[in-house]
Amino acid sequence: MSMARNSSALASKSLRGSAISATWPGRLVVYGAVALIGLALALAPFLFPDVRSQEVAARICVFIVLVASYDLLIGYTGIVSFAHTMFFGLGAYGTAIALKTMGPGFEAILLGGGLGVVAALVLALLIGLLSLRVKAIFFAMVTLSAASVMMVLASQLSDFTGGEDGITYSIPRLFSPAFELLSDAEGKAVRLFGVPLNGKIALYYFVFISALVLFLAMMRIVASPLGSVLKAIRENELRAEAIGYRVVFYRTTIFCIAAGIAACAGILRAVWLKYTGPDVVLSFDIMIDILLMVVIGGMGTMLGAVIGVVLMTLAQYYLKDLMALGAEATGSLPLVPDLLYPERWLLWLGLGFILLVYFFPSGIVGTLLGKGGQK
Amino acid sequence: MSDTSIPFRTRMSAGIDRFGGVMLLPVVLAFIAFVLIGQPSTWATLTIAGLAMGMMIFLMASGLSLIFGLMDVLNFGHSAFVTAGAFIGATVLAWLGFWVTGGNPALNLAGLLLAIAAATIFGALAGWFFERVVIKPVYQDHLRQILITVGALIVAEELILLIWGGAPIPVPRPAVLTGSIVFAGVSVEIYRIFAFLLGLVVYVAMYLVLNRTRLGLLIRAGVENREMVEALGFRIDRLFILVFMAGSALAAMGGAMWAGYQGLITAALGSEMMILVFIVVIIGGLGSIQGSLLGALLVGLMANYVAFLVPKMALASNMLLMMAILLWRPYGLLPAVKR
Repeated sequence: MSMARNSSALASKSLRGSAISATWPGRLVVYGAVALIGLALALAPFLFPDVRSQEVAARICVFIVLVASYDLLIGYTGIVSFAHTMFFGLGAYGTAIALKTMGPGFEAILLGGGLGVVAALVLALLIGLLSLRVKAIFFAMVTLSAASVMMVLASQLSDFTGGEDGITYSIPRLFSPAFELLSDAEGKAVRLFGVPLNGKIALYYFVFISALVLFLAMMRIVASPLGSVLKAIRENELRAEAIGYRVVFYRTTIFCIAAGIAACAGILRAVWLKYTGPDVVLSFDIMIDILLMVVIGGMGTMLGAVIGVVLMTLAQYYLKDLMALGAEATGSLPLVPDLLYPERWLLWLGLGFILLVYFFPSGIVGTLLGKGGQK
Repeated sequence: MSDTSIPFRTRMSAGIDRFGGVMLLPVVLAFIAFVLIGQPSTWATLTIAGLAMGMMIFLMASGLSLIFGLMDVLNFGHSAFVTAGAFIGATVLAWLGFWVTGGNPALNLAGLLLAIAAATIFGALAGWFFERVVIKPVYQDHLRQILITVGALIVAEELILLIWGGAPIPVPRPAVLTGSIVFAGVSVEIYRIFAFLLGLVVYVAMYLVLNRTRLGLLIRAGVENREMVEALGFRIDRLFILVFMAGSALAAMGGAMWAGYQGLITAALGSEMMILVFIVVIIGGLGSIQGSLLGALLVGLMANYVAFLVPKMALASNMLLMMAILLWRPYGLLPAVKR
């Protein structure tokens, strides 16, 4: 009754028939949706100029990277880690501490972020070598413990990390709204489609383009020979080992890669928010969000990360508003308004998530692309 | 008890094994702490606190470990039972009001036992529901088990928030168990003694059931080789329900005890404890009650000693302990089965 055999049984179930029933309408829907999302994100500052939409768009960009890197682990290799926010946090805290101590400058972002990424890589290597050789369930527990220790450290080493309050800092002047990319004769920022071309736009595109590059890099990784080996390990660990691939080596490698990319996402988040604290980069809620996003979108499909992130983030930002309306409208009934109270949105999400895992274990994209099929 | 022998063990390790093998670790830990702390009375207080804490964690961890050992199910929703047990215990104690806070020791104890019983019964019922509805469809499938139980954990936590709200709730502690007694210069909180004794009773009961009854025999056989038990014609699924209910009930009982110990509880209680519980289960080895007890005592002692010596390292120390033990024994100290 080995774990490996069990998880590979799942994987082969969910991938059975991918060659036979690749349905083209499904493909069309997925690729269309992803193209639409990509376009919307690329033009977000002009399409949705208000502050909140900008925030949503930037969050989506960062989380696509974070969730896709997590998918490298859970979807492509079959590793269940709960330490992904830890790496995300390392990148973010590295950048934040450097920006705070060295002042706002690109060298601070480079140095701090670089150190954060290196720390994430080293930690991932240690955890990987120590515990990736044991069973997947052990690994899940080890990473969970490591992540919570990191959380405690972040709140206790308050001289460095600002404790529970986190750190606020300023970012390079190029990214501030007061900076004009192009100024006209009167010294004001040139407007394009009614949107001033200021530092805020530069910051958004910095986040967007970095996220795009990272995402494309991950697409390349899963299409590479390395990606094939990972899938082989997920499908049948013993067989991969027997063919001659050193499973522990490959698992540790992908764990380090995913950790490094998560740390990069952390840098982007830190630069965009101008604030870093346990709640926005380290908390277990974010880990749960990542897990939900991957599973909703579809494990083992990079595009699933995009769809999952967009759906979840929109739900987080806008479903709450809707539920508040619902709670008001049903205010006279017993219990119903309590259930619709905006803070309870996770309850519904959790229920939906359980149903999804039961009935569509391969997620939205996996189902649409014909990779799944019901059990 | 599992077989921990190694083929070519040296004379020295054979000697250590004769005196209890890895079971000596808490004693060694206590001795090291004694040297580091230096004051016998402080050391004794810390040790008793550590043992009491360890016993409460044992209650929560043993169920998880047994469920994993028998059913091969890792229930990430386990902490929801802990939290629910804590809140139900607190609610019952608050209802009983005068019983608990009044001067009559018998009523005090009856009130506390009633609260713990309520939590335990709830744990068993919720466990039955959980096993039937949530876990049964995903046996044999670890990835979906983890996902589903995490989903169930979210739902359960939200329901607890819905019912009891997010604000911390004070837990009335029975009058007879408040305060402390001073014995030979060592002051000991009475509640800790109670927690330790209750844990000990549960451990002995579990040990006897597992080792002296037919049911226990079946469960141990199931842990070792599930297919064989099934092939011999036993209804393994009934055992599963039973063990799952017992494990959840123990978690709820541990939660109720912990609520009384803390005095102020929030909905985050379960997830905070869960880290320690996981560490205990990993240290002890999955599926064994002795391992859980050993791990829980180690973690409880470690947490208290380190909190006194180097306060900032409290949680990290347990993490380091786990790392060290995993390096030494990758399957934990006393695994029931090496799978």
